[in-house]
Amino acid sequence: MTTSNLHMYVMAVPLITAMFVNMLGRISPKYVAPLTLGALGFSSLASLGVLRQVLEYGGYSYTVGNWAPPMGIELVIDPLSALMLLLISVVSLLATLSALPMVAKEQAGKEHLFFTLYLILIAGLMGLVMTGDAFNLYVLLEITSITTYGLIAMGKGRAPLASFNYVIMGSVGACFYLLGVGYLYILTGSLNMADIASILPQLGGGAAVATALGFILVGLWIKMALFPLHGWLPNAYSLAPTGAGLLVAPLMTKVSIYLMIRVMFSVFGADYLFVQNPLVQSGMVWLASAGIICASCMALAQRNLKRMLTYIIVAEVGYMVGGVWLANSIGMTGAILHIVNDALMTLCLFLVVAAIAYRTGSLEFDNLRGIYKRMPITMAAFTVGAFSMIGVPPTAGFFSKWYLILGGIEAGHWEYVIALLFSSLINAVLFFRIIEIAYFDGRGEQGKIQRDEAPLIMQGPLVLTAVALIAIGLGSGPLVQGIIKLALPAGF
Amino acid sequence: MSYHTSIWPLAAVLISLLGAIPIMLSDRRPNLRESWTILIAFTKVMIVASMLPTVLNGGGFVFTIAEVIPNVPIELRVDAMGMFFALVASILWLFTSLYSIGYMRALDEHDQTRYFASFAVAISATLGVAFSANLLTLYLFYEMLSLSTYPLVTHHNDAEAKTSGRKYLTYILGTSIGLALPAMLIVYSFAGTLDFKIGGILAGTGATPQTLALVLILFLFGFAKAGLMPFHGWLPAAMVAPTPVSAFLHGVAVVKVGVFSILRVIFHIFGPDLLFEVNLGVVITTIASITILTASLVALTQDNLKRRLAYSTIGQLAYMILGAGMLTAAGMTGGLLHIAMHAFGKITLFFCAGAIYVAAGKKYISQMDGLGRRMPLTYLAFMLGSISIIGMPPLGGFISKWNLVIGAVNGDQLILLLVLLTSTLLNAAYFMPIVYRGFFAKAADPVFDEGIKEAPLFCLVPLLATACASMTLFFYPDIFLRLAKLALFP
Amino acid sequence: MEDFLAIIVAKYNYWLYVVLMMIGFYAMIGKRNLVKKLIGMNIFQTAIILMFVSAGAKFNATIPILNKYEVLKHGADATKVVNPLPHVLMLTAIVVGVSVTGVALAILIRVYREYGTLEEDEILEKLGQ
Repeated sequence: MTTSNLHMYVMAVPLITAMFVNMLGRISPKYVAPLTLGALGFSSLASLGVLRQVLEYGGYSYTVGNWAPPMGIELVIDPLSALMLLLISVVSLLATLSALPMVAKEQAGKEHLFFTLYLILIAGLMGLVMTGDAFNLYVLLEITSITTYGLIAMGKGRAPLASFNYVIMGSVGACFYLLGVGYLYILTGSLNMADIASILPQLGGGAAVATALGFILVGLWIKMALFPLHGWLPNAYSLAPTGAGLLVAPLMTKVSIYLMIRVMFSVFGADYLFVQNPLVQSGMVWLASAGIICASCMALAQRNLKRMLTYIIVAEVGYMVGGVWLANSIGMTGAILHIVNDALMTLCLFLVVAAIAYRTGSLEFDNLRGIYKRMPITMAAFTVGAFSMIGVPPTAGFFSKWYLILGGIEAGHWEYVIALLFSSLINAVLFFRIIEIAYFDGRGEQGKIQRDEAPLIMQGPLVLTAVALIAIGLGSGPLVQGIIKLALPAGF
Repeated sequence: MSYHTSIWPLAAVLISLLGAIPIMLSDRRPNLRESWTILIAFTKVMIVASMLPTVLNGGGFVFTIAEVIPNVPIELRVDAMGMFFALVASILWLFTSLYSIGYMRALDEHDQTRYFASFAVAISATLGVAFSANLLTLYLFYEMLSLSTYPLVTHHNDAEAKTSGRKYLTYILGTSIGLALPAMLIVYSFAGTLDFKIGGILAGTGATPQTLALVLILFLFGFAKAGLMPFHGWLPAAMVAPTPVSAFLHGVAVVKVGVFSILRVIFHIFGPDLLFEVNLGVVITTIASITILTASLVALTQDNLKRRLAYSTIGQLAYMILGAGMLTAAGMTGGLLHIAMHAFGKITLFFCAGAIYVAAGKKYISQMDGLGRRMPLTYLAFMLGSISIIGMPPLGGFISKWNLVIGAVNGDQLILLLVLLTSTLLNAAYFMPIVYRGFFAKAADPVFDEGIKEAPLFCLVPLLATACASMTLFFYPDIFLRLAKLALFP
Repeated sequence: MEDFLAIIVAKYNYWLYVVLMMIGFYAMIGKRNLVKKLIGMNIFQTAIILMFVSAGAKFNATIPILNKYEVLKHGADATKVVNPLPHVLMLTAIVVGVSVTGVALAILIRVYREYGTLEEDEILEKLGQ
């Protein structure tokens, strides 16, 4: 055990800053931006430090308040959680840069409230990836959910209604999770993940363990919007304020998938899940494949860019869930790599959405005519993001898809391979449809379209993310060898 | 064979990619922009040529860009086969650049900057394919080529161009993602590598003949740029693009990239020995033969000159694959050689079609009666190009076809010989009438035709040059022949 | 049938929570009024809270408030006190539940201001127009 507590600062700084944002932001909105950016900038650097530390000295666990586990709450910092920590802080920093002008425009006068929730959400997400305690996880899950409900409800028009539906669905998910934890507690008398994991094998399976697993997984699937439990997501994400969508869309589903991995392998163990229950394992891959195909098809029917992206998010959830349940190390590598890549791809595309919304206010396909002439840099980044979603090398999306498909081939799950290829093709159709509209339509009245880019603070993160997509693609070899190989759950 | 680590392969690929930036920046100054284009094209030829002697001596260059997947880096490697293709592509790009300037200016086309920039990216991708050291790198540049040529196909921005663009992407991206990508992954899961190796990487990996057959078919159709039927439909559709695009991309770069990819797979992934052993050559030759005959017959019925050339291209591409599928030394050499020979011939023909359009505004063969008397030089070049494609001496096409014929005989594949001969007759049947009508038929509209002169010099010179080059290749095929031999039998 | 009844009687408290949970679930799915949905959600949560609490219960046990000196002298008898941990956990869960309810009610106020009603049918009708 190391004495380092750098990771605590990663989480605590945004949390404490949230209070200051609320107080000082009341006096003047001009305090909001430096505070938020400062906190997230610090978190990004600190989480980079945590990751380096973990890679160098290995993972460690940290007991909050010095109560030894299994009684006290344990935080687990291993390569996977350190990687997630870095991902969350960097994505939220980039999202914030773009969200600041957006919120000032859409939620004028409420910036301090917005960013208070925003920072608490980020702190909650960070807590989620670190916690080693099953009940603590529930509390953090609800912290992130409640802040998200609030952020989404700040949107206009139908947003409160969508948010309410999300409240109902999200609470059901959380209740299911809690119920499952209750089963585990009754069975083992412990809430510490490692402790439960050491007791469970002695119980030798049985219906109660299976029920606990079922409840926990269903709860998390609702939270991550796995098809067919995705109903709440498209409305909630597409009606959310643009600034909230920037943060929520890239991170929420990905963190839920991380949680699924965490619970699956740190509590139940690969042996119980895959070897003892092969039917469940292949059933899950089938479900994920069906989800990928259905969500892709539903994306085809959308005529609004943001709505289309929300369905793509649902399809991408299927990618990762399928990859995890393939039960081989290549699929798992692909799933973890895809968590990183998909977070960045979604961020890239939502940054584009924000930039377009900032300038034109509408994301209907019909209003995107000729947007390439108007916002060339934004649309260049869009093209990179789109290529990554389609899976064109050397963008990042290609490489995670490579591992996922290869995992599917090795596991003999051809339905999953076909679903991934199908979804790539559908993505190609989806994005080229937009590229065609945005590039070629409305060029007749050439003189009329003036260059009208989003402000620099929105363009910066956009360009950075697009470059990162290519850089991560080219650097995926070292990334996989150096970090993700270490982050694979035990047994892979 | 020894490979030196060197930056030159990367330079050869990157120069035109980076060159796209000054081209875009000099948007408002056409002369400067065109100077950039020519400068870049010329430098590119020089870089490629500078690597030629080493390759001819049995050496090569290698450059690793990034380690992305275990055992599969993104890597460039200059070997004889890559050099063969790179030489053809870079030389013809220089001619096309000159020709483009004449063509685009004469027609006063819009969005010329986008045009020249996309073109520069496309040639980078082409060289990237030529110099790929493994299948993944090849796939990367293959996709880059598909995407960079999309704006060229849709250049006219109208409904027809958009429809064609859609068709183009559907065929090309659809097959590469849907067929070639899984094939590549299956190969990787068997062999654990994707490196191009003489003799292939699939031998002795335990893949069953059924799997091999499946993978082969996935590759043959997955690289749809090669236009094997039934995935040929994009090529005639892509003819809506400006003529230099059709000439270079759809006569040389794009389609040859497809063929080159398939040949790479046949020679360096499967290996001829393995294919011979499991008797898969016949799959290749059957698909190729059907395409050759069907495409030639369809070409006969086309009145639009560019569409006729497109169908002719589909047929000729299948020749190259047919040669490789014979799995005999002469056949494979002939297939590879035909890449070069056909490229010089076909680009001449496309240049002529463009010159006719620039000078006379005509697209349909039925309107071109008597035009040869107005544009004798263009028609002369057209005739030379046709002869090369038909495969008669004294033009380059003869050399490759001769090798193909010998290959068929050596392999005791007489039915393929029959296919070759029939197709040659059909080639003559769809080309010769054009020349005949040009020179001897009575003009349909003599009054209008009075004013027609030869196309501008920028158009005329390149097409005469490629016609001459095509003839030179008959007398001095030495470099290409040596490269082909080195590529196949080092 | 006898066995089945025996199972139910033996663990009747858990069966009650299942019934309670189903009632809550029905309200969330079946009711068209948004406040009723919310109440359904609360019933659902309550059922789970009760389940946890009864997991800590023991026969003939007392509340876990012990005399420090007694314990130090004789040690504590775990069978004589109920397990306090589930209660503590549920305190947290109640807090979470209250927060969710609070946020949900605030959202419902916004919905009411926007549409003038909390009936889902009527809202959908207004959206249709």
